Formats: sequence, C-alpha cells, structure tokens
Amino acid sequence: MSENGRDAVYAPVMPALGIERSPHSEPFWEAARQRRLMVPRCVHCGAYSLPPKGFCPSCRRQDQRFVELSGRATLYTYTVVRHAVTPALAERVPYVLAIVKLSDAGDLKMLSNIVDCELKDIRMDQQLQVVFQDQADGVTVPRFRPVL
Amino acid sequence: MKANRQAAVVGVGSTSYVKRGQSSPATTQELGAKAILAALDDAGLAVDDLDGFVYFATGLDTGWFAEALGVPTIRFSASAGTGGNASASSVALAATVVEAGVAEVVVSVMATQQLPARRFGSAFAYRPPTPEGDFENLFGLLAPGHAFALIAQRYMHEFGITREHLYQVVRTHRDYGLTRPKSLFDSSITHEEYFSARMIADPLCLYDFTLESDGAVAVITTTADRAKDLPNPPVYVLGSATAGDGRWGRGINWLGMDDDLFTTAGARLSANELYAKSGLSPSDINVALLYDHFSPAVLLQLEDYGFCGRGEAGDFVADGNTTIEGRLPVNTHGGHLGEAYVVGMTHVAEGIEQIRGTAINQVSGAEVALVTGGPSILPVGAILFGSSAP
Repeated sequence: MSENGRDAVYAPVMPALGIERSPHSEPFWEAARQRRLMVPRCVHCGAYSLPPKGFCPSCRRQDQRFVELSGRATLYTYTVVRHAVTPALAERVPYVLAIVKLSDAGDLKMLSNIVDCELKDIRMDQQLQVVFQDQADGVTVPRFRPVL
Repeated sequence: MKANRQAAVVGVGSTSYVKRGQSSPATTQELGAKAILAALDDAGLAVDDLDGFVYFATGLDTGWFAEALGVPTIRFSASAGTGGNASASSVALAATVVEAGVAEVVVSVMATQQLPARRFGSAFAYRPPTPEGDFENLFGLLAPGHAFALIAQRYMHEFGITREHLYQVVRTHRDYGLTRPKSLFDSSITHEEYFSARMIADPLCLYDFTLESDGAVAVITTTADRAKDLPNPPVYVLGSATAGDGRWGRGINWLGMDDDLFTTAGARLSANELYAKSGLSPSDINVALLYDHFSPAVLLQLEDYGFCGRGEAGDFVADGNTTIEGRLPVNTHGGHLGEAYVVGMTHVAEGIEQIRGTAINQVSGAEVALVTGGPSILPVGAILFGSSAP
C-alpha cells in the first residue's frame, strides 16, 4: 500500500548509500539540486553520454559540457520491482525501475524510476516528464512521471 | 618448452550441490579443493601432476590450494575473468596455457558459497558507491535480475515473446533436472505453479531466476599426448571466444547499450568469433549448454549464437527444439534453472560429459558441444568442445 493508493508506485530510497561525487558527475547532481536535468555533451562532436565518465565515446576527447534538457522522455523499458532486495526497501516496494530515452538528447538512455502514477498507467514507449525528488540525505534525484 | 601442443580436457569433478548457505561450515576454498581432487581422480592424475590454476572469480587462492593440498610445483596461475561471463573462458585459457607449453596439467575451478552477506541476488546493493554506480544504485538497480527484467521487458515487447515462452524455457530445464541425482529440484513445474509464482521483478517470476546454491566444479586440461594414457576419452577445444561488441560495455551494470544490442545477450560478436575461428557453424552443434541465470537469457543466446532468427527463440523452445529429441538439446543437465547454480561450471562439466558420451541425458552421437559464459558484462566467453582433435 502506498500513500497514493493500492497500486501506486513508490520511489526507492537507498538509505546510507550516499553519492560518490567525482568532477565528472558532480554537475549532474548539482543541476538536479537546482531542479534542472543536465547531461554531458561533447563540445567537439555533439554526442551525449551517461553516466558521466569524462570521455566522449564517439570522438574520445575529454571536453564535455553539461547542457540542460527539457526533461521530456519516452519509456524504453521498465520493471516493477516487487521483491525487496535489501531490508531497507521492504516498505518501498513495488517500485518501478525504468530506462528512459531523453527526447532532446538524441534519445540518450538514462536509468531512473517512474513515479507519481499507478501501475496501470504505465505503458511502453509512453511520454514522460522529469520530476525532482529530494532525499533525506540532501541528494535530489531526477525521476519521471507519465504524461497522461 | 615445446609450444603448439594439442590440449585435451581429461577430468571433471564436483562436490554435491546444496541450497545457498548450507555448505557452511566448509569454506569456499575447501569446496574448491574437494572438486579439484575429484577432477584429478576422474582424470587418472594426482596432485603431484597438477601445475596450473585458472579461476574466473575472485576469492579462490592458489597459495591456499598449494598449502592445503601440498601441490609441489606451480607453473601458471591466473583468472580468466571476474564472474560467470568467463566460465567457459576458464577452460579455454587452460587449453591455451597447455598448448603454449607454459604448464602441463591445469585445473579450471569454480567454487561458490552464498552465505547471507554474500548473496549474489543482492550483490549490487552492497557495492560501495562510485561515481558511475550512483546512476544505477540510486534508482534501485540492485541485482542482476533487475537488469534482466529490463532487457526481457523490451525484448518481449518488440518480438511478441510472452511469459508462456518463458514458462516453456523453465519447464524444459526442470524436466532435464528430473533425472539428475544432484538436482535441487525433485519435480518438474506445472503451468499453474509457474503462473501462480510470486513476481520478483516483472516480467520475471521466482522460477525465471536461477537457483541459489553452494558447490564447486573443477575441470582438468592437459596435453593430448598425455591423454592417450589416461582413462577418459579426450575432449578437445575446437574454438573459443572471450570477446564482445565494445558497445555492450559494462552491460547489465549500466544498461545504456544501443537499441540493436539491448535486446540481445551481448554475445553476437563472440558467436561470430567462435564460428570463424573453429570453421564450424550453428548446424554443426549437437548440444548447447547456455548460461541460464535468467530464463530470457536462454532465448537471447539461441538468437545470438545463430540457432534461430531474431525474435524466433520463444517459438523455437515452445516447439520442442531444445528437448532431448529436439533439433538442438539445450542444458541437458538442467542448468541453473533446473539443477544447481555453480556460476556456469555445471554447463562446462555437462559439455565435457556429452562429448565423452557419458551424460545422464546423453544426446545420441554428440560430437560438438557449445558452452557459453553468462550474458552480463564484457567480455562474453564461449567454447566449443569436440570429440575429434581440430
């Protein structure tokens, strides 16, 4: 059961996991804190990539700049996780793990969650919009909700 | 040393298989040592003959084996990888080492124990945070099963594969397991049992997941010359690959693969390498031992290794092609879904037994067997065993 009703989905919360910030990933998390979705883009060839690793996989150079996206996406695939892998998640299932394609970043794939809906509302290839959720540890997490 | 010798696989041994955690208080090393002794015994060789060790996971230590078993001389020790993707590769590396003249009697060994703190099904959840890992863990990608659920969902959506197809995969494995004394199951699985099982991560239910078990398997490789004086018919390595499409990357650990790769096992390039190097093709293979940590992985590999076309694997299995009477018997030992989980090494053992002609579910006249490593990360390993020297 969730706060939203019987078939609503939760956002998984990974307590005590924390974020291991690196110079390459920090801009993503800082942008999220400001409720902006930003991903690295190569200044030379324009390729987008995630997760941020500091290299452009297309032209192998290291000059990437974070660009802001609209947050529009489509649902490429998802799974309803019903079994809590760790005890900390026992109260947070079911949650929906998803791979979304970021519409204005060349359909770049990003792992995230589907939230703010009921399970019956979820459809493959549906339109999504980013939402930002604050965790107790101060990390803001970009997740997606269906555009219904 | 004399190089370019022909290698042959001459011994297989294993411990019993038990449900996860039940091998305690034995240690992982102890299970490995028991399997090594059993494999040497099967080969007609002794510890004094053993001079090489190959692993494919962390946690096994040559120094410990040398101390505990009194191995007099070590000429080679290495790991072929860090997980199930390299199970078949561990024997391929042993053969390479023997053929290069680096060592003469090489054991490839896997021992696994899933004590509560080291349960593979929650493995990702206990990894320390990393800058890349944050893009997975934070969203609850905490287990290999989650990754395969995501891959399976897209594969099923694109190709019209249903849970009925997955049930047929599981049932086939459970049926094979029925005749296996070491199987942890004592029955097949009905349609009702499968469809009433609890869902773990849609579209995968409990029975789409591997068993979790403890056990060890070891395989002995030496020269074909030496094999002439040993009791078992030699099994030859006809080809191997420890390869992969670079775009697969960290595979199930990042899931950012391009669309054309996402709904595969990531094994197409390995398959191409294997066939090119061996001069064989899918139609030459009499039995396939496909790493089955999750039922959809069997379907994806049937396609990647060229046994059927894209999207056809569901019907291929449902039509009975993978049963003992079928065109391509698959996982005749029951695999991870129907016998036990020793990280792909039971598949290696079954491949060897099929070529020897001594398998419990023997494929009549089997001359070529394919054994694959686990679809997961790069590289993707695979090996072809044969009854005639290449």
